[in-house]
Amino acid sequence: MQKFEYVSPTTKEQAVALLGENWGDVEVLAGGTDLLSLMKDYITTPRRVVNLKGIAALSGVRYSASGLRLGALATFDDVLSNTAVRRNYPAIWAAVEGVTSPQIRAMGTVGGDLCQRPRCWYYRAGYGLLAKDETGHALVPDGDNRYHAILGHNSGAYFVNPSSLAPALIALAAKIGVYGPKGARQVDAAEFFRAPGGDGEREYQLSPNEIVTEVLVPAPGGMKNATYEVRQREALDWPLASASVALKLTGRNVGAARIALGHVAPVPWRAGAAESALVGKAVTEQTAAAAAEAALADAKPLSRNAYKVQLARVAVKRAILAAAG
Amino acid sequence: MAEYKWPEADKRVHLGKRISRIDGPEKVAGRAKYAYDINRPGMLFGKIVRSPYAHAKITSIDTSAAERIPGVRAVKIIQGPGTEIQWAGDEIVAIAAVDEGAAEDAARAVKIEYERLPHLVNEQDRSSIPDSALIPTAESVVGDPAKAFSEADVTVEGVYGNEVITHCCLESHGQIAEWTDENNVLLHPSTQSVSSVGGQLAQSLRIPAGNVHVKMDHIGGGFGSKFQIDRWGVECANLSKLAGGKPVKLMLERDAELTVAGVRPSIRARVKVGAKKDGTLTAWESETWGTGGQGGFGTLPVPYVWTGIPNQRKNQTTVKTNTGPARAWRAPNHPQVCLITMAALDDLSAELKMDPLDFFIKNIAMTGVRAKVYEEELLKAAEMIEWKKNWHPRGEGGAGPIKRGLGLSIHTWGGGPHASDCDLTIHPDGAVEVKMGTQDLGTGTRTVLRIVAAETLGLPLDAVKVMIGDNRFPVSGSSGGSTTVGGISSSTRRASTDALNQLLAKVAPDLNAQADQLEAVGGRIQVIGDSSRGMTWKQACAKLGTQPLTVRGKQPGQGTLASSGVGGAQMADVSVDIETGVVKVNKFVAVQDCGLVIDEKTAESQVFGAMIMGVCFSLYEERIMDDRTGRVLNPNMEFYKLAGIGDVGEMKVHFMKGPGYDDRGVIGLGEPPTVSPGAALSNAVANAIGVRVGTLPMTPDRVLAALARKGGSNAKI
Amino acid sequence: MKRLLDVLREDCRLTGTKEGCGEGECGACSVIVDGEVVNSCLIPVCQVEGSSVTTVEGLALNDQLSPLQRAFLEYGAAQCGICTPGMLMSAHALLLRRPHPIRNQILEAIAGNLCRCTGYTKILDAIAAVSSGNINKPDQSE
Repeated sequence: MQKFEYVSPTTKEQAVALLGENWGDVEVLAGGTDLLSLMKDYITTPRRVVNLKGIAALSGVRYSASGLRLGALATFDDVLSNTAVRRNYPAIWAAVEGVTSPQIRAMGTVGGDLCQRPRCWYYRAGYGLLAKDETGHALVPDGDNRYHAILGHNSGAYFVNPSSLAPALIALAAKIGVYGPKGARQVDAAEFFRAPGGDGEREYQLSPNEIVTEVLVPAPGGMKNATYEVRQREALDWPLASASVALKLTGRNVGAARIALGHVAPVPWRAGAAESALVGKAVTEQTAAAAAEAALADAKPLSRNAYKVQLARVAVKRAILAAAG
Repeated sequence: MAEYKWPEADKRVHLGKRISRIDGPEKVAGRAKYAYDINRPGMLFGKIVRSPYAHAKITSIDTSAAERIPGVRAVKIIQGPGTEIQWAGDEIVAIAAVDEGAAEDAARAVKIEYERLPHLVNEQDRSSIPDSALIPTAESVVGDPAKAFSEADVTVEGVYGNEVITHCCLESHGQIAEWTDENNVLLHPSTQSVSSVGGQLAQSLRIPAGNVHVKMDHIGGGFGSKFQIDRWGVECANLSKLAGGKPVKLMLERDAELTVAGVRPSIRARVKVGAKKDGTLTAWESETWGTGGQGGFGTLPVPYVWTGIPNQRKNQTTVKTNTGPARAWRAPNHPQVCLITMAALDDLSAELKMDPLDFFIKNIAMTGVRAKVYEEELLKAAEMIEWKKNWHPRGEGGAGPIKRGLGLSIHTWGGGPHASDCDLTIHPDGAVEVKMGTQDLGTGTRTVLRIVAAETLGLPLDAVKVMIGDNRFPVSGSSGGSTTVGGISSSTRRASTDALNQLLAKVAPDLNAQADQLEAVGGRIQVIGDSSRGMTWKQACAKLGTQPLTVRGKQPGQGTLASSGVGGAQMADVSVDIETGVVKVNKFVAVQDCGLVIDEKTAESQVFGAMIMGVCFSLYEERIMDDRTGRVLNPNMEFYKLAGIGDVGEMKVHFMKGPGYDDRGVIGLGEPPTVSPGAALSNAVANAIGVRVGTLPMTPDRVLAALARKGGSNAKI
Repeated sequence: MKRLLDVLREDCRLTGTKEGCGEGECGACSVIVDGEVVNSCLIPVCQVEGSSVTTVEGLALNDQLSPLQRAFLEYGAAQCGICTPGMLMSAHALLLRRPHPIRNQILEAIAGNLCRCTGYTKILDAIAAVSSGNINKPDQSE
């Protein structure tokens, strides 16, 4: 690991003042579950690491009539142990429960979950976010892409967004609080992520000198919600596909729906077609399956991951049925 | 003349009981020291620069920048310019520095240029493999397979396989080496070969074999991958020499461990089997290929166990790939050939519309000399898993997306004793020591030594001190092939018996008896059956005077205390989600014979461990190679997936014991139960979903692909 | 930069804590920091300034093995033993929170620890025995 300067600010103002102008120059440390591996493998080689753990204002999980606030430093454990989350936001609760390692739950944070880097094995082996070899050849399309994207990879980014929380936050119309030199701003969770054009960019809508401070989830307001993850193992394992669903129901009839998929695209994937397919209908095995079909209608699987289309459909269908209860 | 045999069942005090491992206390206290825990004064840290390319010629190496890094104490080129590298990760330059950071910085400062050469790293697609990479084995024919197939009433043909897996020891390979003077090396390795690894190193270093002192208390997993000194072991000693003899610690990083420290070869097979309507098995034909890197892996024993199939035609090809080399992996070759054999026979029984248990038992005579054992074991396993109640014809796994199924398999292994010398010392104060140059892989070696010595000397367990893990102790074999328990128990029994007889001779006059009228029981020496004419063990030992008594026991030796050849049956109950392809193990049972069980507790652990390793390679594990870069894509424990505690289901183990088993003596156990899981689980999945998932691991993509072939049951949800 | 793991093993010479994968997948390096079980391979040591850290060496009291350690011993939950310290720390963290966990809670508590030998069945039995207060009853075959 390359040597670096370690700083531990106690306010967010101090923190952003310590960040850099360019990505990679300074890295932000919270739970450490991703950053240390990236540094050990020289995927990132910052000259400075800013530890956010000392900023008390960024922690905590708070539920009130206006909704839920997850501090960026709230750990997965903090979220799981909150009964209001479990009762009102099962989509969030289930997504966090899918991180099965107690160690990672104790260390991993909400902000870290959103800002962790892709698990693409070419990226992690040093071939860059767009996974190109020294000749510029893209390695994913004709390589081993069994865990890669089936949607949204037109831009040349083939990794999948690894966030556990993001699909649930998008389904629940959450906003992400960001702080930078120009002060605080909020971004819709659905707008927070992006497919990067190269290694000088990141997979989210932050400037290099901004940090995530909190997540604000609107009051459920009767939105029934759920997350379903297809994971192979009970041991710590990334979902092969996941879906989060929030439904406004009148009886069994869907008045409004928000559906987002995880682990299928370089960004958490909002499935508008599935939402449209469901609105106005009663939730049944058939309508849920039809919505799932619609969600994946545009899927373009790569050479080895057509199975993920099926898994994503199942995730959507099962999440809809779970949300409807 | 002493008679060497095991005590009768009613006379056994410790033997065959449930005894906790004697190194357990230090392991649960965190005090057990593994190679990687050894810290020596002035110790340096070693690192290896590895080839990023799977096939390349080294054109130049420049280590000057590395040498200038502060703290670097030695830089050694392992493979110089002109060398052709055959797999990514191969060792090029070794570095030692005062701390890990400096060693790593230096490693990154080494400049190596390569001329890249074409590589082959995957062999799934037989048609794309160039002839130059194929090493065929001569066709082998038994009987008249063509005629048998033409006369068979039912024939099935299937394609089966198992991907390359690694050993993935949780403690990686490595050692600490230091020159204690200019001719002597002290080595702390992580090894399965305490008695021989020092000689291997000495040969490479061109010093006398006795000049390498090997010490190892504990090893964090080996599974067949830690028999050799390895190039990194030799280079570790070379670095120490270059650094003036200072100790150098060189352990493989996790990615290197999974790239170069050993794999189990893959298998791919097309198998055709034929039978008569009544279920009589008549014909076998197989074409197998696979890869274990650049080397071969011997002639595969197919058809596995069912060697008596009257008509057979077999072809085998080894594929040379530019991948890390194969090493023995717990029961080499057996799990792979077991899979292709038992799966093909299971498919045949499904075609015959027979319960595979009935089909196996009907043909059991074709398994040869252990047919009766297999039959008993199958029936016992069937009882444990309630086969007759729970089995259903293939594909009738119930309504809904979750399908349940049962599968079975049988297996065999040798497990005869390796050569072993044991020194048993009785001190005049009554203390007893066993010394042996063996190793305890977590299998229970120490515990076995203590049980055997205490049993023989009529002492409580804690009266025996066990000293192993040092090559200055009497030579004992490497722990491979499940040969250890038979070897060490035999030599220790002989040493203990002889030592006791000498002691009895010393004390006999005091008891007014002949030595052969005496026995050692309950911590006393007494006239057989007469506790009034005896003395305590301590009193007896005092008769030795001032000199302790040391006796060498050997295996092989007189009498038969161990033998070879076991069977085993396993049955699995699984659930498969046919919408996602996710397989879960509900219940998994194993019935195993291993002759005389010395410690049922550690023996049982071996079987559970083998079964769970089997779940790992059946459902999760595979080394994934990238065609273009030639590199391992998953040299980590994130995507090289092992089962967790929640993934293994309910497990049950039953040992075949008592008359007919105990009297065979001790037989090794570590490997046989790891053979059947792939086949049993594959057969259970086929039974559940109605179609064969040909290749292990049975990951969701493979399960869904198999279902799609069946007729698109998963094409829509 | 030193990780908590490095400081424990090299500076404190507490080598009971092991490194398996170095990236939080295997749990061999598990220790308890301020009551929570974490992977010490993922923690820069400066991040735990002022925290209380418990390693496997801290489970025994005056050289008396804790009930959990005795259960691991009695039930054969350690084989090669390299995953054992991490397993113990995860189980210990569970028992601190919940002295009588049920089977599923045990499975969840150990989900971040991998064993290669693999002794999961016995590890589960051992922790269940502590939960039910049965560690002094000998374990049973079948």
